[in-house]
Amino acid sequence: MNAQTILLILLGVTLIFGLGVVLLNRRSASRHPTSPPVSRPVDEPTATAPPTVLSTREQTAATTVDVEPEAEPEPQAEPVTRPSFRERMARTATAMAGAFGGVRARGGITVDTWEDLEEALLKADVGVGVTDALLDGLRSRVKTKEIESADALLVALQSEMSGRLAGADRTLHLETVPDGHVNVWLFVGVNGVGKTTTIGKVAAQQAALGRSVVLAAGDTFRAAAAEQLGTWAERSGAELVRGNEGGDPSAVIFDGVQRAAAKGSDLVLGDTAGRLQNKSNLMDELRKVRRVAGREPGVVSEVLLVIDATTGQNGLAQAREFAEAAGVTGVVLSKLDGSAKGGIVFAIETELGIPVKLVGLGETIADLVDFDPDEFVAALFGG
Amino acid sequence: MFDNLSNRFDGIFKRIRGKGRLTEADVDEVLKEIRTALLEADVNVSVVRNLVARIREGAVGIESSKALDPSQQVIKLVNQELTNILGGETLKITYASRPPTVVLMAGLQGSGKTTNSAKLARWFKSQGRHPLLVGADLQRPAAVEQLRTLGRQIDVPVFSEPGDPVSTATRGLAEARRLGKDVLIVDTAGRLAIDDEMMAQIRQISDQITPNYTFLVIDAMTGQDAVTVAEAFHATLQIDGVILSKLDGDARGGAALSVKEVIGRPIAFASTGEKLDAFDQFHPDRMASRILGMGDVLTLIEQAEKAFEKDQAEEAAAKLLEGEFTLDDFLEQMQSLKKMGPLGGLLGMMPGMPKELKNAQIGDDDLKPVEAIIRSMTREERRKPEIINGSRRQRIATGSGRSIAEVNRLVKQFSEMQKMMKRMGAAAPGKKGKKGKMAGLAGLGALGGGGLPGLGGPGGGPAGGPGGGFPGFPPSR
Repeated sequence: MNAQTILLILLGVTLIFGLGVVLLNRRSASRHPTSPPVSRPVDEPTATAPPTVLSTREQTAATTVDVEPEAEPEPQAEPVTRPSFRERMARTATAMAGAFGGVRARGGITVDTWEDLEEALLKADVGVGVTDALLDGLRSRVKTKEIESADALLVALQSEMSGRLAGADRTLHLETVPDGHVNVWLFVGVNGVGKTTTIGKVAAQQAALGRSVVLAAGDTFRAAAAEQLGTWAERSGAELVRGNEGGDPSAVIFDGVQRAAAKGSDLVLGDTAGRLQNKSNLMDELRKVRRVAGREPGVVSEVLLVIDATTGQNGLAQAREFAEAAGVTGVVLSKLDGSAKGGIVFAIETELGIPVKLVGLGETIADLVDFDPDEFVAALFGG
Repeated sequence: MFDNLSNRFDGIFKRIRGKGRLTEADVDEVLKEIRTALLEADVNVSVVRNLVARIREGAVGIESSKALDPSQQVIKLVNQELTNILGGETLKITYASRPPTVVLMAGLQGSGKTTNSAKLARWFKSQGRHPLLVGADLQRPAAVEQLRTLGRQIDVPVFSEPGDPVSTATRGLAEARRLGKDVLIVDTAGRLAIDDEMMAQIRQISDQITPNYTFLVIDAMTGQDAVTVAEAFHATLQIDGVILSKLDGDARGGAALSVKEVIGRPIAFASTGEKLDAFDQFHPDRMASRILGMGDVLTLIEQAEKAFEKDQAEEAAAKLLEGEFTLDDFLEQMQSLKKMGPLGGLLGMMPGMPKELKNAQIGDDDLKPVEAIIRSMTREERRKPEIINGSRRQRIATGSGRSIAEVNRLVKQFSEMQKMMKRMGAAAPGKKGKKGKMAGLAGLGALGGGGLPGLGGPGGGPAGGPGGGFPGFPPSR
């Protein structure tokens, strides 16, 4: 036998034995609920329910009105009004809207109707599971003659999809904290989703709301990440706290919190390095960052997972792993102004119960807006 | 994602096996599973449709062939089809007769252009070339800074100047000529494929520097949109090859397949880690089984070779086959295993694992109790768990903070495993080379298939997998 085979066998045996024991324990635990719990080590509390919630819904309106005058020379002219999902997403809604148009034109409901709908949903990255669930529900309603026309079918689908996203708390939370304490929002995610850019925009928006903001450049890994954040700090008038490249990110976040508390700032926005969710050492590092950020005087009131709208089914794995490691409280769906539709958020919201809170619809500060499920779904339908 | 294709097939093929041939209904059912697997891997819907049609044609032939297990035939067929698409011609770099060889990098925001520009420069350097990097991403704050830092790390000069990306790129080309550099890599700003203005700009850059190679950088996690993006960039720029980034994640990377199929250009390079040397030419054969979720055995082995001490692993394996594997050895191997990354990912790559394990959502922390119990044993107890009696059990349970029942289960499970390994060891010895390898693997497959007595659990269903165990195992090289 060669060395590779040996390794494989060793791996297999170790995995099967180790995990087999875990599984047996789990089974017996579920059979005898009174026996000592198969302990998931109880770490620090993840998301503590905030005693008071200040809605920041009004921020969009405020931002669009008065952030611009003080902003540094922005490359583009800022739009005066909040960008609409439809306008930004509809630029490319063709595939989906086209499919729905075809369904409508057919009038009746045929085999092709279902195929068109399925294809449209899959193309929007909604995923096989959610797509099947949506269409199965509709099929039975068609069978019972509750739905009889293509138009009614589309209306039903749209409301089913909106319904799946309904009822979530999408506000960004700021807790009322005792003196000397400070709110911390952490931004996490895989590489290249737009964490730093999102933080920059959030900083500008929060500053425009009159909040004093400290940016903590916790991405000590990517070259020049701190410089990038620094540019945003200048644009928004926020203070930047940074460490050495390659330094301990927890320390940078800690310094940021200390600094903010000393100055009596309202909010620390903590950047973190992009990391793939299957790198256990990096996820451990993130656990530590989360822990340290919540240490006195820091109060972590949001952990926002930034997900790129182009992400496919892996988005669900991202959300699951980051939620487990850092107690994600909300999702920021970035780059929704491209041709991607971000359909993975249906699976993330329904399977993991993590609400989408913000959406990136363009490059300017005002293009980062609150997530509106109805508008989002309507935009998917192209109008 | 742990719901891999071979698992899906288990149920279907169990029924089919008795028949020895596939009916049309069987084929339909199998194809449906393949379709789902491909879609879950983010292969584009239209690409999936074509693929499934092609596989159906092939599968019809299987009906008449009784020589081979139909399940293995179908998987082989699918695997072949995917490898054909992914493989085909590989990109071989031909250097320009009049240097420099110009490379233009293009892609969406955040796909990894800057990092991969540096990685590519490093790769060219390792080929004995002298690259110059040009930072023409003047859009993203500090992008040029990032490139300069990376350039310093790999000792490759970086040229950039503020102002206009088109003139920066043009000046960069002149600079490369002046410095006598033989490769020029131009990093550009990320852009949306639907942004006409920005697409016109990169077209202009391309017109000015007339690249020998234009690479499109695509994130391995990209969903259905990959096709739209690739088509748009290809229409504007004539893409020569694709660089697949972030392949070290756990995304199945169906985007690679879609892009290859749609623009017909090879995937030239793949980026497999954060370090600048984690970058190499693309292996289509590995990608096929990965997309199918059949376990990426070769990558697994590579990772294992890094994590395990070779001598130690061989010793442990020998003990294993002789039935002398102790809990101490297990503990040791477990530590190496953990270095390979989260268990979920490993399970996904490991072929022939029992379905119960794959679906169990086991995290790294779940193993801590197991470890705790073993660590609470004395050296002798670890070597000979059979000596553990009532009072020892009590002590171990107290020491590890677990229940006595858990200690019992661990000991029992371990002795079952030992018995099984002894049986396997007796069947395998002496055979060398390929045959021996297959015997060993089949044995492991059997271990996965029926080897965990008691895992059937309250539901009562046997934990049986296919006897073959490794249907998707790629040919050894």
